[in-house]
Amino acid sequence: MIKDILQKPESFYKEFYRKSGSNKLTTHYCPGCGHGVIHKLIAEAMDDFGISNKSVVISPVGCSVFAYYYFDCGNIQAPHGRAPAVATGVKRAIPGSIVISYQGDGDLAGIGGNEILHAANRGENISVFFVNNAIYGMTGSQMAPTTLIGQKTTTTPYGRSIQNEGYPIKVCELLATLEAPVYIERVAISDTKNVMKARKAIRKALQNQVENKGFSLVEILSPCPTGWGVKPTEAKKWIEEVLSKNFHLGIFKDKTSEPVALLNEAKKFDPEEIKKIIGEKNQNEQDTKFSKPDVKPKYQNPRIKISGFGGQGILFLGQLLSKCAMISDYYTTWLPSYGPEMRGGTANCQVNISNKRIGSPLVTETDVLIAMNLPSLDKFENDVKKDGLILVNSSLIGRNVRRGDVEVLYVPATRIADEIGNTKVANIVMLGAYIAQTKIVSNDCVLYTTNHSVKKKEFLKVNEEVFRRGMEYVISYKRKSNKEFDTVIF
Amino acid sequence: MNSMNLALVNEDPEQKKRKHSARVEIEGELCKECLLCIEACAPDVLKVSQKLNKLGYHAVEYIGEGCTGCGVCFYVCPEPGTIKVYKRINES
Repeated sequence: MIKDILQKPESFYKEFYRKSGSNKLTTHYCPGCGHGVIHKLIAEAMDDFGISNKSVVISPVGCSVFAYYYFDCGNIQAPHGRAPAVATGVKRAIPGSIVISYQGDGDLAGIGGNEILHAANRGENISVFFVNNAIYGMTGSQMAPTTLIGQKTTTTPYGRSIQNEGYPIKVCELLATLEAPVYIERVAISDTKNVMKARKAIRKALQNQVENKGFSLVEILSPCPTGWGVKPTEAKKWIEEVLSKNFHLGIFKDKTSEPVALLNEAKKFDPEEIKKIIGEKNQNEQDTKFSKPDVKPKYQNPRIKISGFGGQGILFLGQLLSKCAMISDYYTTWLPSYGPEMRGGTANCQVNISNKRIGSPLVTETDVLIAMNLPSLDKFENDVKKDGLILVNSSLIGRNVRRGDVEVLYVPATRIADEIGNTKVANIVMLGAYIAQTKIVSNDCVLYTTNHSVKKKEFLKVNEEVFRRGMEYVISYKRKSNKEFDTVIF
Repeated sequence: MNSMNLALVNEDPEQKKRKHSARVEIEGELCKECLLCIEACAPDVLKVSQKLNKLGYHAVEYIGEGCTGCGVCFYVCPEPGTIKVYKRINES
């Protein structure tokens, strides 16, 4: 497109209102920085293709972390090195969007090396702009994976040596060996000719995405006058005379003229199919519903944390609670947190049960803590909200709860379970105790869920028995209403 | 004869406003004095001003004549809104 006025592209914000400070018209980049030029070329291409209203720029960690100050389109700032993964997610969730992963050399070739490799290998239909200045510019010019042999940085004061730091990584050459990428080119922001070549490459990478061609990556050798400690005009010369001699410019892969491959075919599952996969067979049983009991206001919408040894059935207890809530018409979430050990380590899970929709499955403010062992009580006691509820497995926890502003139930769950003949069902005792105290779901609902969740049928009777015992314990405990401390059995 | 008629038919009443000869406008307050534009400018019509701007730089300015409207300074300038280039529009 031939324009008769060249000016600030419309894909930039008129005023960079997200930028802090009073100067909202200039970028935060240093004089002579390549980012500004690259931003301008991308924004100009967005204008010309008319895609700014459906583009999403994923900004990295590095100086360009603030790309969202400037581009007037969708913006996401990704964790360090993870821009290609975030871009993959965005592109697959919104296939019509134009997703741009904008990354520096520390972000893409350093910490995010694996991300870009796999995104390229999957042939994600995204455009990656890889800004290579051979240095960690933002943090004070340390050595980057792309630093040249012999180049002095603050962490290689005698110059990068092959023996110590190895060879610079050449990303374009590396990725060009993969099958899936469609277009890979290296350009430079140096003299006018090279800037115009970069402009062309950036436009092509975006056009490929618009035409659903597949993965495009443009590596841009970019000046960092501040990091290199030179004037902008000298930085330009250094790119021409040194950097581009080591990182050769040119097209490394171009399959754009080949027919478009089918990309990421979205598989749609219907509910029946999912049930079949996870082994839920009986349609009618799934539809069983129980009514919500009347719950005292202070026990409504609990955010529950359950914690104990691995093997105590912590995660299963959480699942049971969540399933009960589900068939009692609550909204619910269940989020497990594993230690690396299956048995013998600690495990905890977080359960939300609510009358309203739940924003996050994470429990940060705990209303109810079910502590099955001492480390759990030590760890989570202080997270419980004022007037919250703590259920203590007093068989294994030989101390009182230190806080005075919470309600505490001491239940010798392991002892009760042992009396029945199996210490593994202590979790169901706790479930009984919790339900008896709060009546958040009906007893029938719990028994139904338990019966349908336990795989070994010989446990059915045991579960029913211990659940009842747990409930009875709490009810008689309340009746006595003196907070006797159950003796510890070790 | 034929072409003359066509020209009359196609005459755009708005066109007069768009007519501009080549020139460059530099927003001095947004310039960071990297001097890349001065180095890139082929007809050599840009210079550093004596005044300091609010950012503390000697901004680049147009000497006032000789711009060809090639737009090179626009593309090498790292700041989005500093340089604006008007290309020459054919008067005929």
